[in-house]
Amino acid sequence: MTQQLVIYPLLLQLFLSIILMFSWKKISWQRIISIVGGFVNIAVAIWLFSYIWENGTQTVQAGNWPAPFGITFVADTFSATLVLLTAISGLAVSSFSSASIVVARLKFGYFPIFHFLLLGLNGAFLTGDIFNLYVWFEIILISSFVLITLGGEKAQLEGAVKYFTLNILGSTIFLTAIAVLYGLTGSLNMADLSLKVALIENRGLVDITAILFLVGFGIKAAVFPLYFWLPDSYHTPPSAVSAIFGGLLTKVGVYAMLRVFTLIFVPDEFLINTILIIAFLTLISGGLGALIQNNLRKVFSYLIICHIGYMIAGLGLYTQVAIAGAIFYLIHDIVIKTNLFMISGLIYRIKGTNSIRSMGGLYSDNPKISFLIAIALFSLVGIPPLSGFWPKISLLSASFSAENWWIVGAILFASFITLIIISKVWANVFWKDKVELPKRLNFRYFHKLTTVKRSQMIGPIVFLTLVSLYIGFGAEQIQQVSSRVADELMNNQQYIDAVLNNNQTYN
Amino acid sequence: MAIIIGVLYAAGIYMILRRSLVKLILGIIILGNGANLLIFLLGGITKGSPPIIPGDSNVFLSAYADPVPQALILTAIVISFGLQSFAIILIKRAYQVVKTDDLDEMNEIDQDS
Repeated sequence: MTQQLVIYPLLLQLFLSIILMFSWKKISWQRIISIVGGFVNIAVAIWLFSYIWENGTQTVQAGNWPAPFGITFVADTFSATLVLLTAISGLAVSSFSSASIVVARLKFGYFPIFHFLLLGLNGAFLTGDIFNLYVWFEIILISSFVLITLGGEKAQLEGAVKYFTLNILGSTIFLTAIAVLYGLTGSLNMADLSLKVALIENRGLVDITAILFLVGFGIKAAVFPLYFWLPDSYHTPPSAVSAIFGGLLTKVGVYAMLRVFTLIFVPDEFLINTILIIAFLTLISGGLGALIQNNLRKVFSYLIICHIGYMIAGLGLYTQVAIAGAIFYLIHDIVIKTNLFMISGLIYRIKGTNSIRSMGGLYSDNPKISFLIAIALFSLVGIPPLSGFWPKISLLSASFSAENWWIVGAILFASFITLIIISKVWANVFWKDKVELPKRLNFRYFHKLTTVKRSQMIGPIVFLTLVSLYIGFGAEQIQQVSSRVADELMNNQQYIDAVLNNNQTYN
Repeated sequence: MAIIIGVLYAAGIYMILRRSLVKLILGIIILGNGANLLIFLLGGITKGSPPIIPGDSNVFLSAYADPVPQALILTAIVISFGLQSFAIILIKRAYQVVKTDDLDEMNEIDQDS
């Protein structure tokens, strides 16, 4: 029963999508199935996580082919944590989207595609095979293309062209990197690659391959020179879609980087410097980009880029404390970014506009909702003891002990910029006097929605804010998880042993 | 073979850098083909020796063609085929809605809103 536990999250999402496809026209069924499926997914993910926590890394060999030959699925603490976070954000977004997305979009298969996206995410987190990772990336990409274009508005299509081109380019570069790596080692299993890459004499070629991987993943993770597609496309689809994109899609790139650069390519000085420079520039440019934007969702898009910089910096510093900080930040960031985009969707529903300048008076109109949003925004900035604060301590102390003052400066600078941006947003959206907006006909304002719909929109935001609060106040437990993940990543022998020496068979 | 791959990569990237949407898609297709051929080449081409173990032995007797790159290319071709058909529909829709195939004119979302 527990031997194939690793692939249960995948099977669950696959079955959900198939069931949802069978009820193509019955939107109300799809809503129920999606939300119930979300709860089941969380249960499975918690089961997987607690099992991994007690028993260590688990593997499943597809078709019972022994390790370096077949496709392996591996769940270590890192994967299990991310699967759990995917389940949490997935549930929140499916509840939010069932209320906020118009029926015309839902009729064209929004929910099945959404669950395919979650399937791809889970697959990317759980696979232990580099080509299989490419395939999961493509599943994520195809689903996200459909989600980003569904509805076919002008801005959406323009954003989609840019999103599409750069992501395809990223995949092609990733595929090229796999080709070179296969040519060098003759293996695709990540644990096996880890052993074989260490033996290669020609270090120049290894570095080039590593850079190809860095560029491929960098496009997905939206790091400094490669992020231009993100702010152009993330604000165009409905905010529920942006929520899952902002929360999880870029993080898959970060996950892949953390995995590949700790397991396969142990960074030498050249790679570490490259990663650190990228992290520095990402922190600065994302923050400055967010400062000048007026569209609320574009501000949040730039904040995604800025905060990716923290995780890359953690990887670049390459000490156990720094990686633990990066993991903690990843956990915090997935929850908070999903929440942010849902909040922007909620504000859009209330106000009917995305422009910060024409908003105002939200606090006097809706004090309770404003209080809720305030908690989420404070967590984002990292006011102690909320969740954004703790990972920054780890990152700062790691960069202090590495005596890397550039990164110390960039981390502090990015925190301040985030604070400035959030206070600007707060002052303009919540405290400024109300700006009279022209009423939009046929627009479903928030106060016109039914109570069920409203609770479906507020509910996930409350839920994710509670998770954020838990991450903040239960920081000790999260720190334990991230330290253990960092330990497993830095001492990758355990991962390799679990994959290659396992004699576990199917019963 | 190596030269062909180089030419395909160069042509693909050149086409992607053009402003026209159609050339963009062509560039992506060419680049994808280049990547597929690269896997094929780097997998090591062996002529005329299929990876079949003779009935009277348990191991391979001579050098054999590695089947893995072919499986990889097949997967990659299928994936890129799907993506390309999606891309063609996407540019058709984008052309109909935006009324231009020039990427420089697709800048409405950059305007302040």
